[in-house]
Amino acid sequence: MAILFGTQEWADALKKAVEASQAYKEAAKNWEGDIYIIVEPDASYKYRNIMYLDLWHGECREACLIKDENEKSPKYRIFGPFTNMKQILDKKVDPVQSMMTGKVKVKGDMAQIMRMPRAAVELVNCMTAFETVFPE
Amino acid sequence: MWYFVVPEVVFGQDALSRLAELKGKSAFIVTDKNIVNLGLIDKVKEQLSQAGITSKVFDEVEPDPSLQTVRKGISLMSQHKPDWVVAVGGGSVMDAAKAMRVEYERPDIKAEEINPFISDLGLGIKCKLVCVATTSGTGAEATFAVVLTDTADQRKLSLINREIVPDIAIVDPELARAMPPGITSNTGMDALTHAVEGFSCTWKNDFTDGLCIRAIQLIFVYLPRAVKDGNDMEAREKMHNAACIAGIGFINALAALAHATGHSLGAVFHTPHGRAVGLFLPYTIEFIGEAREELWAEIVYSLKLEVPKGKKAASVLAQAIRDLARTIKEPLSLKELGIPSDKLNSSMQKLIDNTMADGSLIVSARVPNEEETEKLFRYAYEGKSIDF
Repeated sequence: MAILFGTQEWADALKKAVEASQAYKEAAKNWEGDIYIIVEPDASYKYRNIMYLDLWHGECREACLIKDENEKSPKYRIFGPFTNMKQILDKKVDPVQSMMTGKVKVKGDMAQIMRMPRAAVELVNCMTAFETVFPE
Repeated sequence: MWYFVVPEVVFGQDALSRLAELKGKSAFIVTDKNIVNLGLIDKVKEQLSQAGITSKVFDEVEPDPSLQTVRKGISLMSQHKPDWVVAVGGGSVMDAAKAMRVEYERPDIKAEEINPFISDLGLGIKCKLVCVATTSGTGAEATFAVVLTDTADQRKLSLINREIVPDIAIVDPELARAMPPGITSNTGMDALTHAVEGFSCTWKNDFTDGLCIRAIQLIFVYLPRAVKDGNDMEAREKMHNAACIAGIGFINALAALAHATGHSLGAVFHTPHGRAVGLFLPYTIEFIGEAREELWAEIVYSLKLEVPKGKKAASVLAQAIRDLARTIKEPLSLKELGIPSDKLNSSMQKLIDNTMADGSLIVSARVPNEEETEKLFRYAYEGKSIDF
């Protein structure tokens, strides 16, 4: 069953997918750091979604939606307009290429990301491991 | 959306004379002691002096340059305040120079923090970078990648940012003439690995495909000749060109699994980069196998080889590369490389961890898990074709 993007149900599905992914566990076994994934509104999407992921050594300890960006102080912020984020989830663009061309931006400890680039790729693979439906 | 980034490339006999046309006052030459002993720095200084440029030489770059060496160079560079950084050497020298140049121009960015996600570095204001290649392998004169060694952590740092591409790449075959056969062969295998991986990785693109194929063709013809007779200047020139072409080809796509495993091996056993990645290349082709069968067939076709009925292009290509390696006396297995089995066993987890953490892995058309990575190393140790 397709899950609506930008909902707590979607965050729960992602947490499950991460828990089930051996590839993510291996790629992120030394990963320490929580993340905001911030979807910014654009012509195709009028909402601003903030999803919080607490990622720790290959596990996802928490996945939830956040209303106020100041609620937590995550180590990383990944942000970009909805259309660019959707292209990644639709597997139309490579997530790392998207970050390298500035379509999606990253703020945080870059040295750790450079040490574990596959963790980012496998996290995106987890996001595409279940069917997503996007709001009209 | 993607980019194709390339420096001004000056190639062919007498390309070094491009230095005499530079506009500026002072140059900081980054090199190693071997290049100084070969007299190549004198030639470089002579060209620079014709341009009215004074120069200061930093000749302490070691193979697999460390962060510490880069720091030392930056300190001297900052005292000398050059408007040109001139790297003269192989990949290690050029990589160190690229990293030094970034931190010299942007002291707020440490060399190890160079990453593909930062932009607007604003390079080229304090100085510009010329890379003069003396080996025919890395293509570093035309790439925006830097490989440094973190000696404390026994791992290689693969750093990349398209803004750090050299301003000018000088590809003068005369400078490669003095390369001994062993270095000619292992750097040549590096160039071949760039071209094959640039053509087959998941970020391959229309702008790089032709370059990679042409480089592969040149290498198969001219590498054995350059190894056999270093004074065969036609072979030297073609190999010098091939390495640069392969460099441009792979950096605008990316290198893949052979680089991930090769970097890992090099960081632990200090195997020369080209020898390490070249050794793994046929194994990784076999491992990726079906996922790139059409592309392996294209390479085989470009080499005018045939895929016999019932055989896969991956295995034909892997065999062709092993034959080439054998011809130029490159080892085909980790055992031939002289790695003791007990050392391999005791280092296995480190080798796996390094491979899994390598940036090149993310563009491999087939990504091994930890178990498969261990098997890759074990098969490569025994010289056994991949069958999993």
